[in-house]
Amino acid sequence: MLEVKNVSFDVADDAGRKEILRDVSLTVPDRELLVITGPNGGGKSTLAKLIAGIERPTAGKIFFEGEDITNKNVTERARAGIAFAFQNPVRFKGIRVLDLLRLATGKNASVAEACEYLSLVGLCAKEYVNREVNDSLSGGELKRIEIATVIARSAKLSVFDEPEAGIDLWSFQNLIKVFRKMRADIRDSSIVIISHQERILRIADEIVVLKDGRVERRGAPDELFPSLGEAGNVSVPCRMAEGEC
Amino acid sequence: MPELNAIQKKILEEVADLHKVPEGAYNIRSDSKSVGRRSTENIEITPKTDVSGLDIRIRPGTKNESVHIPVILTESGLKETVYNDFYIGEGADVLIVAGCGIDNCGSQDSEHDGIHRFFVERGASVRYVEKHYGQGDGRGKRILNPVTEVTLEEGASMEMEMVQIKGVDDTERKTVAALGADAKLVVRERLMTHGAQRAISAYDVQLNGKGASADVVSRSVAKDESFQRFDAKITGNAECRGHTECDSIIMDRGKILAVPALEANDVDAALVHEAAIGKIAGAQLIKLMTLGLTEREAEEQIVNGFLS
Repeated sequence: MLEVKNVSFDVADDAGRKEILRDVSLTVPDRELLVITGPNGGGKSTLAKLIAGIERPTAGKIFFEGEDITNKNVTERARAGIAFAFQNPVRFKGIRVLDLLRLATGKNASVAEACEYLSLVGLCAKEYVNREVNDSLSGGELKRIEIATVIARSAKLSVFDEPEAGIDLWSFQNLIKVFRKMRADIRDSSIVIISHQERILRIADEIVVLKDGRVERRGAPDELFPSLGEAGNVSVPCRMAEGEC
Repeated sequence: MPELNAIQKKILEEVADLHKVPEGAYNIRSDSKSVGRRSTENIEITPKTDVSGLDIRIRPGTKNESVHIPVILTESGLKETVYNDFYIGEGADVLIVAGCGIDNCGSQDSEHDGIHRFFVERGASVRYVEKHYGQGDGRGKRILNPVTEVTLEEGASMEMEMVQIKGVDDTERKTVAALGADAKLVVRERLMTHGAQRAISAYDVQLNGKGASADVVSRSVAKDESFQRFDAKITGNAECRGHTECDSIIMDRGKILAVPALEANDVDAALVHEAAIGKIAGAQLIKLMTLGLTEREAEEQIVNGFLS
């Protein structure tokens, strides 16, 4: 379980300090898929980075599995069981998809095992497993590999920062399937997805709307949907039938 | 079958990936003496009579055979210059593995300067692997100054893998190549310097024949206080294609100078150069840290991958 308690985050700007998050509190219980949504600039990605330890809060505390992790660094949080998928995945010259998946599993995973993770995100494993995670991959391919590395971690908490950003429609269809499957296999873990997409919001157990650095609303999809448009969400309906994806 | 001690075995493993005496033709040179040599039906290795070194003659049409000529230096203070000439017959397709490892536990500098000349006849194809490595905790420097001269006749091709990852204090490597029509040269250089090491690598590639092509790519990492200089010049004297690339990671207080140069003497010469130097991106470190690696482990992974 993840608990974010009264977290604020400021950054320095020309006018002195700019407030990005203000007194944000939320809980992600085990076996829950939480989607954080809201308008651009509302602080969603910052909150995801605070959970992963990439940024540190100006005030407030973060607890994971009952332990205060506020002062733990990225590595310590990863080892404690937090996985993080970047909005803009990083490229590496010379590091293969297989290497990255092996690092993610924390063991010398076999090629067959690595291929399973790639298949889950809809990539033809044989074609990709030995490719370098470099400029030769498209944005959509990279994004799917990023998601595969997070799945491969089998973490207690998986955080996805705008997984739909920069991917094509075909990949998006797959993405929904991936998250549905993750939700079905959730067991004792939990999932946080930062997203604008209606179809991702629909599979959430709970939705938090973050606006102007504050939690504006939270609730189940059915409760929140009638008013979500006002919060600045964009919904892109997918016209392709599920079966075609 | 030569008897090798533990140090010799370790160096052979580092420079030639050899765990035992290689298959095919070979010459193992240790502290200026040949400690094992074998010629085969198609590959003849003979010592030179005027200077130190070997003549290696590969018969036309020889396919899928290899030559290993590793060099080991373990005596502190030993300095040698060795001349090896390779004659690769028409249509042959072979693997040549050279490489030098120096173990210097003493206080005097050890130096091996290998002058390699390759004469690759029409349509022949060579894959050449050269690894340089140093070890030993003495104050004496480990110095390697290789010179490689390549002549590729019409339709010949050569792929060169040049690797120096660890332990060589000072190196000045010079590679010169002249290519005939439709000849092809591919160079993949990987270099890492650390401590106070200095490495200079210069290429001078002349594309003389119509349809000749060269692709010279260097990836390097300069750590600590080390210095690297990469000079790559491609000259196009005919309708040809040339590409050179230097991609470097700079760390700590390292210094890197990249000097790519192109000279076109024919209107149909198409030449490209790229050079990039930069530190490891913070996002790369963070990504690997989110997988549970420490910052140091992440750095190591990135460098190893970059040089793989």
